[in-house]
Amino acid sequence: MKPVRRLEPAVILAVMGRELANFRTFWKSTAFTSTFEPVVYLFAFGLGLGSTLVTTVDGVDYVQFVGTGLVATAVVFSSALPAMFGTFVKERFQRTYDAILAAPVDVEELVTAEMLWIGLRSAVFGCFPLIVTMFFGLEPELTMLLVPVFAFVTALAFAAFGMTMAATVSKIDQFNYVTTLVITPLFLVAGTFFPIDQLPEGFQVAAQFNPLYQLVELVRGASFGLEAVDALRFAGLLVLAAVMWRVAINRLEKRLII
Amino acid sequence: MPAIDIHGLTKSFGSIKAVDGLDLVVGEGLCLGLLGPNGAGKSTTMKMLTGQAIPDGGSLHVLGFELPREAKKAKARMGVVPQLDNLDIDVTVEENLAVFARLYRVQDVGAAVDRALGIARLTDRRKDAVDRLSGGMRRRLLLARGLIHDPKLLLLDEPTVGLDPQIRTELWTLIDNLRSGGTTILMSTHYIEEAERLADEVAVMAEGRVIARAKPSELIAEHVGVSSAEVYGPPERLAEVRAAAEEAGLRVRAAGPAIAIVGAEQAEPGLIPEDAVHRAASLEDVFVLMTGEDAE
Repeated sequence: MKPVRRLEPAVILAVMGRELANFRTFWKSTAFTSTFEPVVYLFAFGLGLGSTLVTTVDGVDYVQFVGTGLVATAVVFSSALPAMFGTFVKERFQRTYDAILAAPVDVEELVTAEMLWIGLRSAVFGCFPLIVTMFFGLEPELTMLLVPVFAFVTALAFAAFGMTMAATVSKIDQFNYVTTLVITPLFLVAGTFFPIDQLPEGFQVAAQFNPLYQLVELVRGASFGLEAVDALRFAGLLVLAAVMWRVAINRLEKRLII
Repeated sequence: MPAIDIHGLTKSFGSIKAVDGLDLVVGEGLCLGLLGPNGAGKSTTMKMLTGQAIPDGGSLHVLGFELPREAKKAKARMGVVPQLDNLDIDVTVEENLAVFARLYRVQDVGAAVDRALGIARLTDRRKDAVDRLSGGMRRRLLLARGLIHDPKLLLLDEPTVGLDPQIRTELWTLIDNLRSGGTTILMSTHYIEEAERLADEVAVMAEGRVIARAKPSELIAEHVGVSSAEVYGPPERLAEVRAAAEEAGLRVRAAGPAIAIVGAEQAEPGLIPEDAVHRAASLEDVFVLMTGEDAE
């Protein structure tokens, strides 16, 4: 007989409260990395490459092209990786999930809370590259207020993906396969540093299925002008987040409830 | 209504039957020690009681709620103190408690934290990060966390494993206070002394089921009599004494470097060597004789 399940907002908030209590102890280092990294990328690619080889892409200043693209980089690195390593460590080494699940919390609520927390964090960190790029000439636009929303939904999908991987691997070293075979290729063909329409046609088609590419396009839309197709991109990300949420719950349940 | 009501509970992992037809009823206000060697099924039983393991068969009710179907309702009314320390070490003592007060939907979080800190005698350390606490304080904090919502039932999973004797004694006092206050306690342990001191009744588990259950004194009287005689010496001598005692119908068990002749008061004069050390029969005699001498 299966347990009766019900998502209780108070429980989800309490689990997120635990994350917040822990985050308060290390937020400075995370905030520093999230701010400093886009600056380094902007100097290396935007100013370095931009001042020597490329000046504009599709009429957009190359620094701004890279800066807007870096939002997706910030989102994937602040969602998928913490979800993978954090979940694995909390489950295997810290036994945090044993403690939480001994309280009136079920796996569905646990996964939902962890995803929402990571999503919120990434939504904030995802905006950092955009803010930094404004110091390099990017004009603020009202539509940029949508960027945290786009980042949040994408981060939910990647958080769920990370948790799914954490519930699948048997050793922490196996995350190397995930980063090398999944995250790095997604990151490189997301159109962050170069437009994908210069890639071979096969890659261009594959990029359409890359959620990071869709996020990059949405952020550039919010920065330089949204199009009707962007609604479709956002809907796709919503569907992906919803599907990955259920997959993560399923995998974590198999791992945590014996 | 019993606090825990288990009938015919089974749980297998592949071909291994971890729990095999377990029957266990724990009445309200009782402190029951669940005693068993490694692999007896204690931890799996604990996991099923917290909804973290799904039984293959049998019935399981906790505080009137059927598990795993109503696990959340049951868990809201029980506290769990785990074997392994799973506190958030960078977070303060009071924040650790406040997080769990919220998980248990406690209305007045501040009052609950104050009360739990008082029980664990950690009020002075409330602002300290957990990693600045001693091992004993961390154990007390785990106990306080399990009590944050004033549960009707407390599950203690090896509560003093790996602790110094002084800290163990300190925790025993805390647990004994809870027992005296009427909290129902199910305590899994493989420390015989712990069960003997704290438990109103002891259930001995082996191969996934309870093989004996009674008050510690009753178990001793029923299974091992009044006294035991420990004989020390070289292995050849011990083997000789053992063979003679067993031939006379007495039971003998290994006791570290010695052998213990159980029910020594029944021995014919001259059977037990004069240099044997006589002592009162103990729960350890019961445990070893019932569960076997070989460790898993």
